[in-house]
Amino acid sequence: MTTVDVPAELVRVPAEVKRERILGVVYLILAAIVAFFFAMGSEGDATFRLGEAGQDIDLTFSAAGFSWVVSAIFAFLAVIHLTRGIGRKSNLVLSIALVLFAFAFLAWAAAGSSFSLLGMLRTTVSAATPIAFGALSGVLCERVAVINIGIEGMLLTGAFMSALVGTVTNPWVGLLAATLSGGVLALGLAVLAIRYRVDQIIAGVVINIFALGLTSFLSSQILVENPDRFNRPGVLQAFRIPLLADIPVIGPILFNQNIFVYALWISVALTAYGLFRTRWGLRARAVGEHPKAADTLGVNVYRMRYLNVLLGGLVAGFGGAYFTLGSVGAFNENMTAGRGFIGLAAMIFGRWHPVGALAAALVFGFADSLQVRLGILDVGIPSDFLLMAPYLVTIIVVAGVVGRARPPAADGQPYVKE
Amino acid sequence: MSGGQLSTTLCSERHVRRHPLRLELRGITKRFPGVVANDGVDLTIESGEILGLLGENGAGKTTLMNILYGLYSADEGQVLIDGEEVHFEGPGDAIAAGIGMVHQHFMLVPVFTVTENVVLGNEPTGALGRIDMQEARREVREISSRYGLEVDPDAVIEDLPVGIQQRVEIIKVLFREAEIIVFDEPTAVLTPQEVEEFFEIVRGLKEAGKGIVFITHKLGEMLEIADRICVLRRGKVVGEAIPGEVTPGELAEMMVGRPVELVVEKSPADPGDPVLEVSDLVVTDARNHRAVDGVSFTVRAGEIVGIAGVQGNGQTELVEAITGLVIPLAGHITLNGRDITRATPRERHRLGMSHVPEDRQNDGLVLDFDLTENLVLDSYYQEPYSRGIVMDWDAARDHAEELIRQYDVRTPSVDVLASHLSGGNQQKLIVAREFARDTALIVASQPTRGVDVGSIEYIHRRIVEERDEGSAVLIVSSELDEILALSDRILVMYRGRIVAETTPAETTPAELGLYMAGQVA
Amino acid sequence: MERIAPSHIDWRSVVLVPLLAVFTALVIGALIIVLTEGPDDVVPAYVALFRGAFVGISAISETLTAATPLIIAGLSVALGFRAGLFNIGVEGQMTVGGMAAVFAGFALSGLPLVIHLPLAILAGFIGGAIWGGIPGWLRAQTGAHEVITTIMLNFIAYRLIDYLLKQPAIIREGRFDPISKDVLPSARLPQLLDWITPSLRLHGGFILALLLAWGIWWLLFRSTIGFEFRAVGSNPSAAAYAGMSVTATTVLVMAIAGGLGGLAGANQTLGVLYSVSPGFTSGIGFDAIALALLGRSHPGGVVLAGLLFGALRAGGQVMQVRSGVGIDLITVVQALIIVFIAAPALVRALYRVRAGEGAGQLTRGWSA
Repeated sequence: MTTVDVPAELVRVPAEVKRERILGVVYLILAAIVAFFFAMGSEGDATFRLGEAGQDIDLTFSAAGFSWVVSAIFAFLAVIHLTRGIGRKSNLVLSIALVLFAFAFLAWAAAGSSFSLLGMLRTTVSAATPIAFGALSGVLCERVAVINIGIEGMLLTGAFMSALVGTVTNPWVGLLAATLSGGVLALGLAVLAIRYRVDQIIAGVVINIFALGLTSFLSSQILVENPDRFNRPGVLQAFRIPLLADIPVIGPILFNQNIFVYALWISVALTAYGLFRTRWGLRARAVGEHPKAADTLGVNVYRMRYLNVLLGGLVAGFGGAYFTLGSVGAFNENMTAGRGFIGLAAMIFGRWHPVGALAAALVFGFADSLQVRLGILDVGIPSDFLLMAPYLVTIIVVAGVVGRARPPAADGQPYVKE
Repeated sequence: MSGGQLSTTLCSERHVRRHPLRLELRGITKRFPGVVANDGVDLTIESGEILGLLGENGAGKTTLMNILYGLYSADEGQVLIDGEEVHFEGPGDAIAAGIGMVHQHFMLVPVFTVTENVVLGNEPTGALGRIDMQEARREVREISSRYGLEVDPDAVIEDLPVGIQQRVEIIKVLFREAEIIVFDEPTAVLTPQEVEEFFEIVRGLKEAGKGIVFITHKLGEMLEIADRICVLRRGKVVGEAIPGEVTPGELAEMMVGRPVELVVEKSPADPGDPVLEVSDLVVTDARNHRAVDGVSFTVRAGEIVGIAGVQGNGQTELVEAITGLVIPLAGHITLNGRDITRATPRERHRLGMSHVPEDRQNDGLVLDFDLTENLVLDSYYQEPYSRGIVMDWDAARDHAEELIRQYDVRTPSVDVLASHLSGGNQQKLIVAREFARDTALIVASQPTRGVDVGSIEYIHRRIVEERDEGSAVLIVSSELDEILALSDRILVMYRGRIVAETTPAETTPAELGLYMAGQVA
Repeated sequence: MERIAPSHIDWRSVVLVPLLAVFTALVIGALIIVLTEGPDDVVPAYVALFRGAFVGISAISETLTAATPLIIAGLSVALGFRAGLFNIGVEGQMTVGGMAAVFAGFALSGLPLVIHLPLAILAGFIGGAIWGGIPGWLRAQTGAHEVITTIMLNFIAYRLIDYLLKQPAIIREGRFDPISKDVLPSARLPQLLDWITPSLRLHGGFILALLLAWGIWWLLFRSTIGFEFRAVGSNPSAAAYAGMSVTATTVLVMAIAGGLGGLAGANQTLGVLYSVSPGFTSGIGFDAIALALLGRSHPGGVVLAGLLFGALRAGGQVMQVRSGVGIDLITVVQALIIVFIAAPALVRALYRVRAGEGAGQLTRGWSA
């Protein structure tokens, strides 16, 4: 018989089994890499510094020994995947495994010297912040079945508005302006997708092109000509939350950050509570899963969709301000560099759940900060390749090696009321 | 107005008691582009009675009820409740007025629990919009115990059998304190035994003083359950009747406008060599359950084998495995002695397999292709329609015109898009494409679902002709009448297994029903 | 209930709506100029735009030169749409294809033009086809949505040429800024109008673009392969039932679309720039999306839309120099054009014309 050539989406038989097998092989490869390169290639102890300046919390261990342990764990996971299978939790396990792999890598890179792990984890959180806001925006929209590809544009517009308005007035008004500008774009998306039933992916791409064009145009016409008047909004500094920030290790990572990070914790908690505990959430999810059922029970499908897309836009606009007010303190053309799309990948990886999306964003943030740290450690990998890391991780994540989550059933479909 | 006392005693103390309703539709007219779906319909429904609304597919029953439920607005006519005219802007208004509807396709969110589905849109809420799930669960339990609608409030809908899902729909309606309940084709997905249980529930609701509208195209059920029957044809009320005063034949004639022939003329089969042999087949579904669990059977040349069963007992997966859309987990399929278990759909086509898919719009046709393109959808790569990679559209068009004529597809030309044809003509288009080849085996799923009577007769006749020319035919249908009329041999599928094999002469619908329900081992 | 399909073309939706969309977008563009520069700048800016696009042989040469890569890139996106795939990755495909063509253009020497130029063009096609084929393969094998994977590959492509432009084999001798060696004359697309004035940049790529448009039309509507593409694009399930391979088609479509993207890049590097430096694609890959929508994913429409966008680009350059209104305004205008094309109801409401339906569902969601 000739080889089977049936559309992948129609061969449903071994899909799960196949996935377990693929993951099993992936773990085997990882185990081999860790054993041969990291474990056999490291000498001496690696020191990870976990204290802030002046604090002395160091983690010193044998780089090779650690890598051997990680390699053994991977081999064990491979065996489980190839025999019994892990099933539902495999995304979580894979996330942890990727982090372990990264640590083995770092231990190898830092063998014989020391390196600030604390600094890296703090960068992870801050790098994850805009991605998480993007992902949260995606969750809000897609839970009511509106695909929002325009997150990138909303982040970018938020970044621009916070720079412009933040310089002209003050950073806080800039933050507000950023949030509202995201909302305005979202309203545009909502009108196109809900009222005019434009293909949602196209509507989102239009938003992106429009935002990129407009911010670049305005930036060249206004910001560049007089940066001191228009593009010096300043940075919202980190501030310590008393007591909580004094907890060793965790404190500085989670509670000595800027307003964006704290707002993120709150937004994720609120969204999770709202979506799964309240009337609004039940109705929103019903609209995303089976709009007609919701409609026949008197739930206003269009209103729910407008509301959630608008909320999603506000969240993305706020998150966009991070790029200027929370990070570099000035606007540059196209400075979001695909973070909105990575946010979408985080949303998928996080299975359309706010907490999952946050966790996924942290994985991407880790990839981001890893690349920065490795540049500093100078491990012999060209920096241009390190810069590809977040994008590569995104592709790997959406490529389903990490599981095929089920999107809301009506995702992307316009609702036509009869 | 009768039934008032009953309903007051049964109403929940917490809720405002409602009066029995008298609902009246006057001169309802609704037009869609090209059709008049309802044409001056008058109808009354009262609490404590079961009104049967009988009509063929496309007679306008569902449209009428959607108007009543506020999903459509009528172009002309009035809806009156207790003599007062009402205007429903949406289902919310209809619900508030005491009207409930159990839709033909259940309006349940598959990933929600029973309770979440029931309270959606009417949630008991506490501070900060938090849903009081304790209270919600309590209310669901109360309704289910009061009306004998047993169901686990925390079960997730997609894990429940259809019969139970229907109960959830009824609880939803009762939770909203409906006095008039519309059931749209409620028995289409139920086994005969489930239908009996369902009738008990409906009678109970009537006893409790609810007014019931029961929509169906099945005569027998109508005569069994309704107090009063109203027949709809081409959007008009063509007659009213009381069960016991009419015969099924008279009702049928009222419904279709001429005497109907429920039998298919055919000579006894003359089976030849085995064409399709299926052995120990196991096929998993999307959720990795064994939808087909060890099935073996043979279809011979010159015979029609019918597979009966309630939908969702593995028939779909069986057909997908036979036609090559899914690779089975285990077992073998041979066609004229060749193992095709892992062959591609195209290889199977070339070996003489034809497939009329269950879902013609999603799987059978490309709706925004014209008829020519649709008619060469599976043969475009062969001569004379193409040479190498160069299409010969003139040849394809000639072929299409020939088929359109031969198979009586009603269309102004072959350049029309498939989406512009009626359901019956779309089905004939697929039949034309699939039967036109030299066929060794025809696999037809629900070949006449949602098709008008004329097309049904035509398609049935074609299938018998193909058999007489020596093709093996496998029919999968959830319509027992169709199975009994067409098949030479009948297999019954239940939970992924074949539980019975019989012939139309040896069995009765009642017996098949028992097999379909898994009642007989 | 049968209705006859319109056998004639609905001129309102094919001609009137696009024209009104362009007009409305320009009006809104004028408003943006008023808001940022003041009302006095509108007329000079638009006059410069018009002159730069159409007045004189030099303007026309510039318009056609700008239109050339846009047409090729637009064909790439249009081909994807026809098969139900959204190729946002043209930027990356241009980057990789352009780089591959340049490499072939300077690394191979001593060949005559008739061999060297086709080889360089082929290198561009292959580079783009690989860059487009990867997301196609991922889509077919794993279901990873091409919108995300192609965008990610754009960024990876940018980083890739950053890296390559540091390599001694590629960087131009004596330079420290990232720019590649020059393409040898034997691999350059020949100038078409240099016999009039040497500065006229129109080159053979324009003819290549027209040939490609014809080729894609033929492929889509006259070949069995195109029939498969369109069937899979309209209804993948029915296509699979009819025995077509959705997986193979998806990979092939994305590879060809990617190859076209690569050709658009090669066109720039072999016909205009003769070298590669970061950002040489200058957003053409994104303009291509607007262009494919404006051209209704039909090769003929893409050519017309490409000419229009070429005029906007060429005119926009002149506008930027003469009146100081930035060329990014053109991007905004193009985004507005797609809005109106994708939602003709907006145009209908503005001008009270009857117009056909919108673009409809061109893409597939995450799960399909």
